[in-house]
Amino acid sequence: MKDLSQAKNFDEFLEGIWRQNPVFVMVLGMCPALAVTVSAVNALAMGFATTFVLVCSCLLVSLMRKLVPKEVRIATYIVIIATFVTVVDYIIQAVSLELYEALGAFIQLIVVNCIILGRAEAHASKHPPLTAITNALGMGIGFTIGLFALGGVREILGAGKFFGVSLFGANFQPWVVMVLPPGGFFVLGAWLLLFAVIRRRKEVRLSTSGGGHVA
Amino acid sequence: MSPESLSQIFLSAALANNFVLAMFLGLCPFLGVSARMNTAFPMGLASAFVMLVASLCAFGLNLLLTQFHLEFLRLIAYIVVIASAVQLVEMILKKHSPALFRALGIYLPLITTNCAVLGVALFQTAREYSFLQSLSFSLGAGAGFTLALVLMASMRERLQLSEVPGVVQGTALSLMLAGLLSMAFMGFAGLGA
Repeated sequence: MKDLSQAKNFDEFLEGIWRQNPVFVMVLGMCPALAVTVSAVNALAMGFATTFVLVCSCLLVSLMRKLVPKEVRIATYIVIIATFVTVVDYIIQAVSLELYEALGAFIQLIVVNCIILGRAEAHASKHPPLTAITNALGMGIGFTIGLFALGGVREILGAGKFFGVSLFGANFQPWVVMVLPPGGFFVLGAWLLLFAVIRRRKEVRLSTSGGGHVA
Repeated sequence: MSPESLSQIFLSAALANNFVLAMFLGLCPFLGVSARMNTAFPMGLASAFVMLVASLCAFGLNLLLTQFHLEFLRLIAYIVVIASAVQLVEMILKKHSPALFRALGIYLPLITTNCAVLGVALFQTAREYSFLQSLSFSLGAGAGFTLALVLMASMRERLQLSEVPGVVQGTALSLMLAGLLSMAFMGFAGLGA
């Protein structure tokens, strides 16, 4: 019995990282994902801030799930989320002013990140606290990985650096458009394309080998 | 107060720093409703209207909050005001123009979670715009949002008639299109601040 519940918890955790990855599969929370990912550090910071808000709000929403009347639930969720975002906003300002200026208004815009409201509504409001936290943590880490994949590629191509360390020496001509707005769209498009190709290959392989799937 | 002129703010918000294509705000409706022109245009107008209302409310609210030194409540206050503004717009439209209300349908309540609306309120506070400047900023942002939505919808409508490899279809292709559009909008850099 214990093994079963553990396996189920692990499955909840993995859902956000791979099968339902918020950036690459659900394509939610695009605004911060594209706006702040000009460097790997920014991407990680934004990912961690979002994860923190996600886990805390899902915990609170899950604890209050029997108290909140159905009619005002969305308003309640938004106020809960906004409270934690304010906390994160002040923490980042206190820890690193440089980072705070780089992320700008996008820390406060975590409030309207569809992933958080979506998780609160679709998952946390229907599950007990432990399950809700596990799922939220998985989603948060999945989101962070997605941001990191975007930010890393854009920093390497657009500035020739990774975490601020120069990679290619002095002769490298940076591909500046990658750190400008169009680059965000292109890199995310390219990642989605890559995943689509992989999925297509897998489908073709399954159908030719004839194993497993029944049409 | 910010020294920029009103026309400068308007052009900057609508073109040079277009909310969707240069600042990545409001991408969810941008990708979600831009498949067809007859949903894209009303959605753009409705969002623009909510931006205007939210911007005016946020301006008054900010005065009030600074008066009582309650700046830390700003975010919570803004989001509540936006949610109520959307609700109000919904009720007014339902009463006075049922036809438009039906045309907009589900997109109306969804404007609450449009980050472009909260973005307008937050940016005008951060840049310390005066009342008229805020007005010009929100009008420009709304115009820019509608423009981006309409351009994207017309491109995607054409795309349905052309032959595209199966793998690329869907979100990946929309993002590539948005990238090209965004590159075109970079040509406006230098207009406005």
